[in-house]
Amino acid sequence: MSPRRVSVVECPGGPLLVRGADEVVGIDGVPTQTERAVVALCRCGRSDRLPWCDDSHRARRRSKRNKGSSKDED
Amino acid sequence: MRVPEPCGPLSEGVVRALTHEPSGPRPVLERAVGDVLDPLTDRDLQLALWTLYELHYRGFDGVDPDAEWDPLLLVSRAAMERVFEHAVRALPTDADASAEQDVVMALTRMTVREGPSDLARFLERHATRDEFVEYLSLRAVHHLRESDPHSFVLPRLDGAAKVALAELQYDEYGSGRPDRLHQDLFARGLRSLDLSTDVSAYAEKADGATLASVNVMSLFCLNRRLRGAALGHLAAFEATSALPCDRIAKGAQRLGLPEVADYYEEHVVADAVHEQLAIRSICGTLVEAEPALAADVLLGATACLTLDGRAGQQALDGWRERRRHPRRTTVRAAG
Ligand code: FES
Ligand SMILES: [Fe+2]
Ligand SMILES: [Fe+2]
Repeated sequence: MSPRRVSVVECPGGPLLVRGADEVVGIDGVPTQTERAVVALCRCGRSDRLPWCDDSHRARRRSKRNKGSSKDED
Repeated sequence: MRVPEPCGPLSEGVVRALTHEPSGPRPVLERAVGDVLDPLTDRDLQLALWTLYELHYRGFDGVDPDAEWDPLLLVSRAAMERVFEHAVRALPTDADASAEQDVVMALTRMTVREGPSDLARFLERHATRDEFVEYLSLRAVHHLRESDPHSFVLPRLDGAAKVALAELQYDEYGSGRPDRLHQDLFARGLRSLDLSTDVSAYAEKADGATLASVNVMSLFCLNRRLRGAALGHLAAFEATSALPCDRIAKGAQRLGLPEVADYYEEHVVADAVHEQLAIRSICGTLVEAEPALAADVLLGATACLTLDGRAGQQALDGWRERRRHPRRTTVRAAG
């Protein structure tokens, strides 16, 4: 078997799609393992589940920044 | 899996044909189909269709497996699908998105407006355990068969779109791990609440709008002609899933339901990936290869956003109404 190919696709306004990753080392230096064939890495920094994208890049900026204390959450 | 309890002439005709007279006369008369006023909310029509579609998934105990391809049942299904598809095609479309030349841009525009819904907020902050269970019961009709409709689309595609759909489905089916199969994660959540995992038990109680939101996937995925709509539906579904699932997972945690939270938590990270795959790698490449399918891709997305939105809103309205009039316990759960 040939070694697995790893590829990265940039999604405009969204994450990096990575195929073939076994682990990702986050900015805190902590490695996270994955079993998924494709993962989405957050590029906007707003995810609550770094290093993964959790679609926070889609949330309205205001509601995301005020997270936890805002009234528009309710 | 037992045959569901019918609720009107159409579902009775289907159930009778399946249980008593498999080779009897055509079970559903065109005349009865013609009596349906709103196919998108008619519970009898939708339950009849759901029962016929289920023959293609797992079937029912005591029903001859050959019923799946029984010509008389197929004729009945086609008559019901015609009115259903007609109503779906009449749904109002997003004018800005339809004007978009590029299908990837159009799908992104259509789905980016959908913030986390009021329903997801309600489940996160306010729902009681009973209301949460009611929500899970409505969603069970979809999630206990999650992703199965789209597997029927794979042999109807070529090249890049096929590869990308297989990649997405592989993740839905657990990425090689049986314990991470999404439909089983949902079943595990139900079991943790001592609820049934027999999808019929939920289908026969579901309202017409909820059944329509599930049946539309089978309509699109079982008819090769509608493969574009099937994939547009998938794209809209995946692209509007992660943010609400984040809220619903928090609601499940708040109520002390870790197995239920696990299902929703999985869908935050998974659907953030699936969204990119479905919009770009599946719909984008499909329309590149078959430009004539662009309109149906947007039709599928519209159907998903509208029908899922209506079913969810109806459930939320029911809970709010009940809170305003707590004594009136007969308020319809969701239609
Ligand atoms: S890129 Fe999606 S959450 Fe950051
Ligand atoms: Fe899933
Ligand atoms: Fe998904």
